[in-house]
Amino acid sequence: MNLEEYRGVWVFIEQRNGKLVDVGLELLGAGRDLADKLEVDLCGVLLGHNIKDLSKDLFEYGADKVYVIDDPILEQYRSETYMVAVGDLVRKYKPEIFLYGATSNGKDLASAVATEVMTGLTADTTLLDVDLEKRLFEASRPAFGGNIMATILCKKHRPQMATVRPKVMKKRDREEGRVGELIEESISLQEESLRTKVLEIVRDTKKAVNLEDAVIIVSAGKGIKDEKGLQMVRELADVLNGTVGASRDIVEAGLIGHDHQVGQTGLTVTPKLYFAIGISGAVQHTVGMENSETIVAINNDPDAAIFNVAHHGVVADAFEIVPLLTEEFKKALQEEAKEGGVAHA
Amino acid sequence: MNILVCIKQVPDTKIIKVNPKTNTLDRSSAPAILNPYDAHAVEEAVGLRAVHGGKVTVLCMGPPQAKEAIKKCVEIGADEGFLISDRRFAGADTLATSYALYKAIQKMMVDDGVDLVLCGKHAIDGDTGQTGPGIARRLGIPPLTNVIKIEEVDLENQQMKVHRKIENGYELIQSSLPCLLTVEKEINEVAYSPLPNMLRAARYTPTIWTVDDLNDVDIKQLGLKGSPTIVGKMWPPAKSEGANIIEGDVKKQVSEIVSLVLEKRELFEVKGGE
Ligand SMILES: Cc1cc2nc3c(=O)[nH]c(=O)nc-3n(C[C@H](O)[C@H](O)[C@H](O)COP(=O)(O)OP(=O)(O)OC[C@H]3O[C@@H](n4cnc5c(N)ncnc54)[C@H](O)[C@@H]3O)c2cc1C
Ligand SMILES: Nc1ncnc2c1ncn2[C@@H]1O[C@H](COP(=O)(O)O)[C@@H](O)[C@H]1O
Repeated sequence: MNLEEYRGVWVFIEQRNGKLVDVGLELLGAGRDLADKLEVDLCGVLLGHNIKDLSKDLFEYGADKVYVIDDPILEQYRSETYMVAVGDLVRKYKPEIFLYGATSNGKDLASAVATEVMTGLTADTTLLDVDLEKRLFEASRPAFGGNIMATILCKKHRPQMATVRPKVMKKRDREEGRVGELIEESISLQEESLRTKVLEIVRDTKKAVNLEDAVIIVSAGKGIKDEKGLQMVRELADVLNGTVGASRDIVEAGLIGHDHQVGQTGLTVTPKLYFAIGISGAVQHTVGMENSETIVAINNDPDAAIFNVAHHGVVADAFEIVPLLTEEFKKALQEEAKEGGVAHA
Repeated sequence: MNILVCIKQVPDTKIIKVNPKTNTLDRSSAPAILNPYDAHAVEEAVGLRAVHGGKVTVLCMGPPQAKEAIKKCVEIGADEGFLISDRRFAGADTLATSYALYKAIQKMMVDDGVDLVLCGKHAIDGDTGQTGPGIARRLGIPPLTNVIKIEEVDLENQQMKVHRKIENGYELIQSSLPCLLTVEKEINEVAYSPLPNMLRAARYTPTIWTVDDLNDVDIKQLGLKGSPTIVGKMWPPAKSEGANIIEGDVKKQVSEIVSLVLEKRELFEVKGGE
């Protein structure tokens, strides 16, 4: 493999029903920085049916080029078709870096493409950079092995690929009227020869939790021990009209669903107020909440790492302090509501 | 129906302890377990066998002690287990892992076809979820990831329908067989193992293969050598100035938190129209 042949930064642009998924625009923001450092083009890869017009947005958010394949066969995401389409593009145009959002489909596609073109892929990265001297992509993520970050490199294979969590990178301000080059390609597959078919897409409209838009999040970790401890945290969240978040440990323990998980393999959140109750503060957790406006940590261990990222900390037994907090907030908020001052949102 | 389940032995990350001074992992503190998602995959396979007949085989790449994870699968109900274990497999990233597993599956298929391959959604030591789709691509069969339900298996027409979890919802997807599924925990509850399974598992010894037992292996694609990704530098996460620690007894702590939160009035403003 001649590494010199590979140039340019690519972003997979996910769309659902003809609407762009935010993470694609966020990655154009991050990709722009990488492309500028490397002095190469930033390119979007847009697949689907009747989606060509979306390329306009991609240029305005920073893409120099957009590779489009518009074909009925690509209307719904399928590994089978997308993998071939993207694999063909990679072989033809040879990018050096390729970013995907770490969504269900983004991860599925990236994994398949990595094998299709035989290259390295780093999952769930939270920090991206390039080593200009060696012209190497540095994809970093919390490392398994403790409170530590690790940079993963892919020295001898191209493209260097990574999936990136939604909400970690920032999209750029839209630059109205910015234009770029649209490159249309086609796909050679026939529907009859395909082995999979999406029969139906069922959206859960009454989405139970919406952590990403929550103003107040009250998160629980292993320190709350069990169902009863979690209930105590729920009550505090209720009083504040907040949303319950969780560390991976209580998700894995089956106490609460994965859609509540904050962190590297959960959600990235930026509420105005984040309570971390009985959470030790492992980097896999903190990468998902460290940009919250105000972080209050409650932990009975004065050395807990969570106190390194929190703005306010209390060293206390959650089982003692949380019910008291709930009670005091209830009183205070009722009081204020009566006075017509602060109302309960 | 012949079902092959790929399973991995992982350190129990829920128990593993980190030494806060050195930032390193105390590996001795972590017992090795069967990757929890893979337990669900085996359970699903056992359930399918109950309906459609056939055989459930598990395949694992790992060190010799990973045979314990295979025995756990036999407890759940697997018929047979294969461990591929060799120093030349060590240090593999997901690309090299899927290559080794693929070579083992090819060898197994010489005697018996495979109708369905199951994997976990991801292994909890890395949460990557890349191995399953990699194996599927190498076998040339469709991968269906994040499966929460098997809706229908139609052996006559060599077809199945599954629910695949996506952001706020799921898709109903149909695939021809053979195909590869990666399963979520929601797919089933892992039942308590009946006594006969436990007894069988206690006595069970899996077949162990080394690289030399596999056919047409390109050694360059195995282990560390076959892994395109490597770990570069490592560093502890940046520390901020640290929290303002609220001292005093619980009463004082409570009242300070309440007032600092209530000061942020915008948190409690009524939104228009509500
Ligand atoms: C690949 C990978 C991905 C991961 N992704 C994520 C992720 O997305 N999100 C995530 O959160 N984690 C993730 N993790 C796990 C992460 O490394 C930590 O293991 C996890 O965050 C720890 O959860 P915890 O803080 O709830 O539990 P613990 O680390 O067990 O901490 C419990 C805390 O509670 C405190 N405590 C105990 N009793 C009390 C009490 N009575 N009152 C007050 N405090 C008390 C203890 O002092 C301790 O600090 C991931 C791990 C891996 C390997
Ligand atoms: N060493 C291994 N041996 C067998 N199966 C594996 C191995 N590594 C990964 N798998 C399978 O691939 C899935 C995803 O793993 P990962 O890509 O590491 O997250 C696991 O749930 C297993 O089903």
